Amino acid sequence: MIKNNPDGGRGNSLPPLELYLHIPFCIRKCNYCDFLSAPAELSVQVRYMKALGAELAGRSAEAADHEVRSVFLGGGTPSVVPAEEIRYLLDLIREHYHVSADAEISMEVNPGTVDKEKLAVYRSAGINRLSIGLQSAVEEELRVLGRIHTFSQFLETYEAAREAGFTNVNVDLMSALPGQTLASYQRTLETVLALRPLPEHLSAYSLIVEEGTPFARLQEQGCLALPDEDEDRLMYERTGELLARAGYHRYEISNYALPGYECRHNTGYWIRVEYLGFGIGAASLWQETRFSNAPSLEAYLKSPLDVRTPPEVLTTQAQMEETLFLGLRLSRGITNTDFQRRFHHSLPEIYAPVIAQNVRDALLDWDGEHLRLTLRGIDLSNYVLAQFLLSPAASSSGQ
Amino acid sequence: MAAIDQSKIRNFCIVAHIDHGKSTLADRIIERTGLLTSREMQAQVLDNMDLERERGITIKAQAVRTVYKARDGEEYILNLIDTPGHVDFNYEVSRSLAACDGAILVVDAAQGIEAQTLANVYLALDHNLDVFPVINKIDLPSADPERVIEEIEDVIGLEAHDAPLISAKNGIGIDEVLEQIVKKIPAPKGSADNPLQALIFDSVYDAYKGVIVFCRIMEGTVRKGTVVRMMATGAREEVVEVGYFGAGQFIPCEELSAGMVGYLTASIKNLKDTQVGDTVTDDNRPCSEPLPGYKKVQSMVFCGMYPADGAKYPDLRDALEKLKLNDASLNYEPETSVALGFGFRCGFLGLLHLEIIQERLEREYNLDLVTTAPGVVYKIHKTNGEVLELTNPANMPDASVIEYMEEPIVSAEIMVTSEYIGSIMELCQERRGRYLGMEYIEETRALLKYELPLNEIIYDFFDALKSRSRGYASFDYDLKGYEQSRLVKLDILINREEVDALSFIVHADSAYERGRKMCEKLKDEIPRHLFEIPIQAAVGGKIIARETVKAMRKDVLAKCYGGDITRKKKLLEKQKEGKKRMRQIGNVEVPQKAFMSVLKLDDKK
Repeated sequence: MIKNNPDGGRGNSLPPLELYLHIPFCIRKCNYCDFLSAPAELSVQVRYMKALGAELAGRSAEAADHEVRSVFLGGGTPSVVPAEEIRYLLDLIREHYHVSADAEISMEVNPGTVDKEKLAVYRSAGINRLSIGLQSAVEEELRVLGRIHTFSQFLETYEAAREAGFTNVNVDLMSALPGQTLASYQRTLETVLALRPLPEHLSAYSLIVEEGTPFARLQEQGCLALPDEDEDRLMYERTGELLARAGYHRYEISNYALPGYECRHNTGYWIRVEYLGFGIGAASLWQETRFSNAPSLEAYLKSPLDVRTPPEVLTTQAQMEETLFLGLRLSRGITNTDFQRRFHHSLPEIYAPVIAQNVRDALLDWDGEHLRLTLRGIDLSNYVLAQFLLSPAASSSGQ
Repeated sequence: MAAIDQSKIRNFCIVAHIDHGKSTLADRIIERTGLLTSREMQAQVLDNMDLERERGITIKAQAVRTVYKARDGEEYILNLIDTPGHVDFNYEVSRSLAACDGAILVVDAAQGIEAQTLANVYLALDHNLDVFPVINKIDLPSADPERVIEEIEDVIGLEAHDAPLISAKNGIGIDEVLEQIVKKIPAPKGSADNPLQALIFDSVYDAYKGVIVFCRIMEGTVRKGTVVRMMATGAREEVVEVGYFGAGQFIPCEELSAGMVGYLTASIKNLKDTQVGDTVTDDNRPCSEPLPGYKKVQSMVFCGMYPADGAKYPDLRDALEKLKLNDASLNYEPETSVALGFGFRCGFLGLLHLEIIQERLEREYNLDLVTTAPGVVYKIHKTNGEVLELTNPANMPDASVIEYMEEPIVSAEIMVTSEYIGSIMELCQERRGRYLGMEYIEETRALLKYELPLNEIIYDFFDALKSRSRGYASFDYDLKGYEQSRLVKLDILINREEVDALSFIVHADSAYERGRKMCEKLKDEIPRHLFEIPIQAAVGGKIIARETVKAMRKDVLAKCYGGDITRKKKLLEKQKEGKKRMRQIGNVEVPQKAFMSVLKLDDKK
């Protein structure tokens, strides 16, 4: 069993690095999904995996003095591509990068796209954490979402994963779905909490209707019956209650883990560990710049090393803003000590009025060292986090 | 240059109901008289402001001079004076008419006579113009020229059997119109040797020439060097240039003499000095009396205009100054609002004028504006005998010192097909109209006569009229005078704080209804805050309506995927940016558009 250290690599000689690999294929696009993904023929998938390999190999020199502490294969549905392609990628990563012995290597899978054999290949290829997209245990809700699977298919996948030896499994859930009630959502939670062994990690997001999705079109036509704001909040509160009772703690706004199983990769995003993204649309944080690959599949297949957008250089001000609006997503928040070490200014020097206002509004807790969102602050996190943006002039260079 | 034979001049205008084809006919006349080739023709030569083209109406009177070789072999000078086509500009219309000797009445062959047809033709006849009718749009499938000819003869009493049947759009029948201009419109009178007496019918400001005065010479002659005097304003300057109007350009000439239409410049810096309707005379040899009909233009409608971004106040001031250069009827003075900061109280001829100025400020000067509800001028008779003219509701004195109040009343004529008479009468009733009578123009159409308070028609009366008659009703009005009325000031409180910019004056009987609608509208416009926000309407400190904006409970970022932080940051930036467009009232942030959304409250369709 791998001992998880969510902060990654502190104390090691090489600075930590995370790799994100985007695999943009799926069987069918879900009705709420605005991620970069689409169904594609097998031949396209194979060419893409080859391009991904070429990009990984071609960029490895950049990261020669970093240690890879986590790898994340996301999508899309990475499990739609042949399992051997996944093995090929992971072998290639180990060949070209310093991957630490206890690295977290996660992969997203969807029920209905994996079987025992595939899972065994993943396991032997070095994947040690699986994230399974369930979203809901209610068939009607799955249908409305446009998911390709039923609950019983999820159950098969979950059990197969355990049999294949996966001891670190996340299950994705969603609340505030069309037609969902507090009762039906609670049924989903209870069903998941009846799984044995319990999933080590749960993600529970409330649905946001994104522009350009089928849901957005339905909403425009007034045909999307979403639970109201109050019911949505009740669902969120119920999540916290039931999961806490089952032994999970909320370490981020929408993420819950059994002790020791916080997702290292995602935590890395919030504490601004450097990461490199591979594949179309994939974003990177590298030497205080942010950039990403262009979204065009065609261009990527042609020359995967030539599609990066120009880097946005993060000014000190932008780094401060990010430190706040990302770090506050974690339950532990941020500390004045860390902030001061990074920026040679204390938190109050930069943010005293914002902190004071939000403490008055009971949205932030602040004891002079720790700054974190209150429960109410979590509900209104956008509102709070937006206030930590400094003047727009200096914050969006390179736009 | 050979002296111009007065008998070969025709000064005329075109009158019509909106959309009956006035501007198109003007274009064809200019085109056919050959001053311009088809290639040079823009769609509508006379309307040269973009805005006019979009709205399809003429805002400022303008003129053009063309040369027409008639069938009798003689060349005639045709001065076409374009008149504004909206009731807001009635006085300007009357001065343009006074500059003419005749008018062409354009009537749509399908629609027949409409409210503005009547209003305009009577206005023309009042000015002793010779009017001849033209039936336009005869190529429409629904055209019924026979019926329209009879209507013109029956209703207006104009000989119409030899009216040219034309399609201005397709250039049919234009030659016949030109011939009738020569035959039916009289040549101007007046003597070039008499003392100068010229009528100002418009003026524009030019950065190089100063004010350019558009005038019709009634008597006498003016040339470069003449010292002219504006008889009403007393302004006196030496003439620098005289000339006439080419299509879209000024063409200088030696002199303008009796009967001619043209312009003069005289280093006049301020448009205020050259008021429409004033008489220009020779300072050394003045005429005995000014031309009749001059009125000082008065603002009928007022509203507050504030820059959305307080820092743009100087820009707004500069922009208003510049607009004022070319629009003497625009008035403004600085004012301060607790809610909106520094801005201006602006006076307009009417709501259309207001909208035009607002659009020009936004488009041409790139200003983001917050406009308060338009109001009229109320007369407040105080108990101590003083009379106060109130243009800003915020300045209304306490009820205890008010003896009584008066509000402006208009006489309105509404032309409507019989099936909608009921719904239009209902509308007028709701707007406190006093029914004066009804005349049937023909079997299926009637002219309704009402007296209406001006403050009931300045918001959305025209829209309501159109929507309740499926676009068939037409409308015209004239200011009648002031009448005593039971008026109250309606205040809006947001989170228990009075918002001065949202106060307005309303009749006591409509206060409850208006207050309720305002609260509902504001409830939809004000975003949720961390706390509950009561929105209340009050009259004299007494709450008459209330709504509540519930407290915000959820505002969470979507799943952040694959480390795409840039996108999330943009969302947060957008949220923060949105806040900047808000007005802080107490501890409530109110979006700018909330101030405007409360203007349109008629929800009956």
